[in-house]
Amino acid sequence: MPPKIQIQRVGKSFGAAERATPALGEIDLDVAEREFVCLLGPSGCGKSTLLNIVAGFLAPTTGTVLVDGRPVQGPAPDRGVVFQEYALFPWLTVSGNVEFGPLLQSRPAAERRSTVERYLNLVGLSAHADKFPVQLSGGMKQRVAIARALANNPSVILMDEPFGALDAQTREVLQDELSRIQRVEHKTILFVTHSIREAVYLADRVVVMTSAPGRLKQVFPVKLPEVRDRFAPEFTQYEADITRVVREEVAKVRE
Amino acid sequence: MSGLAVRAVPLLGALAVWAVVAHGNAWLGVVNPVLLPTPLEVGRAGFDLAASGELVRHFLTSLGRIAQGFGLAAVTAVGLGLLVAMCVPLRLMIEPVIEFVRPIPPLAFLPMFLVWFGLGEASKIAFIGYTTFFPMFVAIAAGVLRVDVVLLRAAASLGASRGDLVRRVVLPAALPGIVVALRVGFGLALFVIVGAEFMGADAGLGHLIMEGRTFFNPAQIVVGALVLGLLGSLINTLLLATERRLIRWRPEA
Repeated sequence: MPPKIQIQRVGKSFGAAERATPALGEIDLDVAEREFVCLLGPSGCGKSTLLNIVAGFLAPTTGTVLVDGRPVQGPAPDRGVVFQEYALFPWLTVSGNVEFGPLLQSRPAAERRSTVERYLNLVGLSAHADKFPVQLSGGMKQRVAIARALANNPSVILMDEPFGALDAQTREVLQDELSRIQRVEHKTILFVTHSIREAVYLADRVVVMTSAPGRLKQVFPVKLPEVRDRFAPEFTQYEADITRVVREEVAKVRE
Repeated sequence: MSGLAVRAVPLLGALAVWAVVAHGNAWLGVVNPVLLPTPLEVGRAGFDLAASGELVRHFLTSLGRIAQGFGLAAVTAVGLGLLVAMCVPLRLMIEPVIEFVRPIPPLAFLPMFLVWFGLGEASKIAFIGYTTFFPMFVAIAAGVLRVDVVLLRAAASLGASRGDLVRRVVLPAALPGIVVALRVGFGLALFVIVGAEFMGADAGLGHLIMEGRTFFNPAQIVVGALVLGLLGSLINTLLLATERRLIRWRPEA
């Protein structure tokens, strides 16, 4: 089976031709169907830029991204996106937000209702269906955003530091939930983070990027059981190995 | 004390001050009492005008002109505001022109409208439309430009077409700004209708006020002004209530 996502020689520079600053070196990366890949790297390394290119929000300066063998031309419902800043529609209720995708695809009302019910249940927010986003905590907002992405039934989900704005406890709770959801939904997930612990907890593969312009530095397949224990010695070992590699890059930024 | 009472007390107080000053003047004879009508005299003038049906006629004439001029401007401002905010080349073309014309006081063009459209209804409607269009258009376009790009990205990645983006994201996101723009525009319509009706009109509250001057009847001037004030606060209350209904999702501000 060909890879679900093929990132081929993708580079990105910002600004006019001669004075352009390269943000992203040439990246080659394949993501398999149902694989959970975390992009890790020092801030400003272009990991979010890469995610935005896969989402179709930005056009690459060089190279192409293929999803299911077709080049990415722009945003489309086959690639759901979860943003750090939640990006919920504040004028819609929780269920209105989750229903947004199915409504755009003109799904019949009964089907939309059951979809909304199912995904709100999955993220544990059935009791809050009629609230507006302004009435929710950060953790709850991000659950709604995840439910909204899933309800549209994309095959790929792109997550841009989704838990970056949450406090440490809420963050781990949501990591647990995402890991549980992935065991049910089996999506192909590309997940940007700068938390090594988060990456080891969630990913099948952790991709460490270099400092700007970002390139691939090292790829760590995480061979841990599906349900992970943050305090297991193997887990800590992965954390230590990856930390060492990330530190080299962070040090370069400081120089 | 209820909210209504809290608002009523200062109003009654102001009325009392007016009464004391006017009656005091009538008693002491500081200026000619005709120049400073008492609340009672104004009330009587208002009652007489209402009883003869004149007040209703003037009121409806002004309201009709405002409704048409403001309505025309509102529809155009919303449509063009959305269009210009979303189409960059159009914005670059239109913006300098608007920025040049906008600071000209609208009243400076009133005679021009009389020259173009004559003394009839058309000149008043067109003038109100012209005056209210610019501030509404500028505010609406600015509101649309403030729509968070992340919301547009979120909608696009959920499969929204260009039309969906306008209807389901840009419009609802810009709605609070649009309603505020309409309120400002309406206030302005009320402001300039009087000026428009001072010049060559045979009906309307502005005409009523001007007639009060011509026939040396200050009480009638005050009646016209008070009715305009009442109309303004009535419409403003209505728009505020609409705003609250439409924008229930906003945090209590």
